[in-house]
Amino acid sequence: MKTEHLYSRRFFLKTAAAFTALAALPSTVKAFYQEVKNFIVPAKQTLPLVVTINKKEYQLSADTRTTLLDLLRENLQLTGTKKGCDHGQCGACTVHVDGERVLSCLTLAAMLPGKKVTTIEGLAVGDKLHPMQQAFIECDGFQCGYCTPGQIMSAVACVKEGHTRSVAEIKEFMSGNLCRCGAYNGIVESIQKVAR
Amino acid sequence: MKPFAFTKAESLPKTLSAKKETTQFIAGGTNLLDLMKKHISQPDELVDITSMLSDKIEAHKKGIRIGAMVRNSTVTLDANILTNYPLLAKAILAGASPQIRNMASAGGNLLQRTRCPYFYDITTPCNKRQPGSGCSAVEGENRMSAIIGYSEQCVAVHPSDFCIALAALDAAVVVTQSNQKNSTIPFSDFHRLPGSTPQQDTNLPANALIHSIEIPVNDFHKNCAYVKVRDRDSYAFALVSVAAALDLKGNTIQEARLASGGVAHKPWRWYEAEQYLKGKEANAVHFKEAAAMAAKDVKPLAHNGFKKLMLQGAIETALQNCLTT
Ligand SMILES: Cc1cc2nc3c(=O)[nH]c(=O)nc-3n(C[C@H](O)[C@H](O)[C@H](O)COP(=O)(O)OP(=O)(O)OC[C@H]3O[C@@H](n4cnc5c(N)ncnc54)[C@H](O)[C@@H]3O)c2cc1C
Ligand code: SF4
Ligand code: FES
Ligand code: FES
Repeated sequence: MKTEHLYSRRFFLKTAAAFTALAALPSTVKAFYQEVKNFIVPAKQTLPLVVTINKKEYQLSADTRTTLLDLLRENLQLTGTKKGCDHGQCGACTVHVDGERVLSCLTLAAMLPGKKVTTIEGLAVGDKLHPMQQAFIECDGFQCGYCTPGQIMSAVACVKEGHTRSVAEIKEFMSGNLCRCGAYNGIVESIQKVAR
Repeated sequence: MKPFAFTKAESLPKTLSAKKETTQFIAGGTNLLDLMKKHISQPDELVDITSMLSDKIEAHKKGIRIGAMVRNSTVTLDANILTNYPLLAKAILAGASPQIRNMASAGGNLLQRTRCPYFYDITTPCNKRQPGSGCSAVEGENRMSAIIGYSEQCVAVHPSDFCIALAALDAAVVVTQSNQKNSTIPFSDFHRLPGSTPQQDTNLPANALIHSIEIPVNDFHKNCAYVKVRDRDSYAFALVSVAAALDLKGNTIQEARLASGGVAHKPWRWYEAEQYLKGKEANAVHFKEAAAMAAKDVKPLAHNGFKKLMLQGAIETALQNCLTT
């Protein structure tokens, strides 16, 4: 442990010295350093964006790499939408774009202008919960609650799409939302309750 | 992800002529963004082609044309497809999740890359990801890998369900080349076998766009089925899948189609079994024989011997299901 500390301290001092030396160098050398740096660490690119989320228009500037999920959570502090896997495999990040359920972790923010996003924060009207939110509470549709925003967004779409004719159909059309706590029975009941 | 420039395509000629080797087109993004996050695909520039290509399903005298930007879920809801080409909807509904199907485009579905675990793990050798580095799966963990048509260089399987149905229905892919001319590639020639160049999944010309997919009129709509066997019942890629279609007159098979996913580097047609079924009565004995005929050609690897019997069972089941659905 100790040697590691010493090593990193020495490393820090050395690098700091290198940077100080760099400041004293003529500008052509600095330009060369910039070029090398850009080659190794490509510069990030930003993009001006106008996006509509929960009926509110936001004007922002974001790194081109920003996914809708990161835009919501990191840039706009709309942390209701959860990051489970970040690779399209769990459904925790489900939101609605133009009324359809999609995965925000595989959606680029840059592709959103002109579209309307709805997140879990946009479902309730004032203090009045959306019927699906109410149903999840009444039917024990969650345990830890981490998958729940994604489950609810997906469930609202599932009802709208009409895929609620049987338990088997609900399960098939909710299969894109995993729940590690296994609250599946309560989730199916919540959907049946709202669909009725 | 590596930083990249982002542009929205505004005209087809400009889009095609400006494409460099380090440019990637993005449609639904469900495969590309995943690969970019894992540093498997590292474009310098992304071009959003979503408003450049048709999102319409058009019927004409000889069949239907599905625009490259038609969402996978739209295919499963289209009245014409549900009546005349239901196999397409059945296959799509067996894949991914409702959210992903809402995002995924028809063109992107054809170009999705393999799910071989080593292809996804950039710390391991993989000829598809890094040509010449070797294949980790051929002697490694190959439970999900191919059982036919593979090479020593790559034993990966093609992951799409939609493509299996398209292969069975003799579809064709209309591509717009960089000189803006359209050409048509028969579906059986669109995807490749790995051979010594596994880095190339398809025969789509460099810098070309998928314009649309053509499916010819057929008489398979009454008797077709898609069977997908996987590790869990939904939201998982196929271990083995079968698209089966029969054109029946009374109980006599006029034409049969059998294609499989999860078995090869491209959607695989079982031509010999199809030929065998032609002119036969549609019954369990003939279905069993056809399934055995297909399975006799496969050569499983160390960990996927189970796929042979699985394939046989899936073919029999799919043919039986053709009679009940
Ligand atoms: C968790 C998960 C599970 C899945 N399960 C299944 C499954 O069970 N079965 C199944 O079949 N699929 C499954 N998929 C894959 C999914 O179907 C594909 O990711 C999707 O079809 C790709 O379409 P896209 O429009 O999102 O493509 P993109 O990601 O936008 O593009 C994919 C590639 O195609 C290129 N491209 C796209 N459109 C065109 C065009 N018109 N012309 C030229 N190039 C183009 C892009 O440049 C890119 O290289 C799954 C995906 C995920 C994430
Ligand atoms: S099977 Fe193909 S994709 Fe998988 S490790 Fe080998 S070369 Fe790579
Ligand atoms: S975080 Fe998007 S699907 Fe898991
Ligand atoms: S409630 Fe805990 S993951 Fe679903």
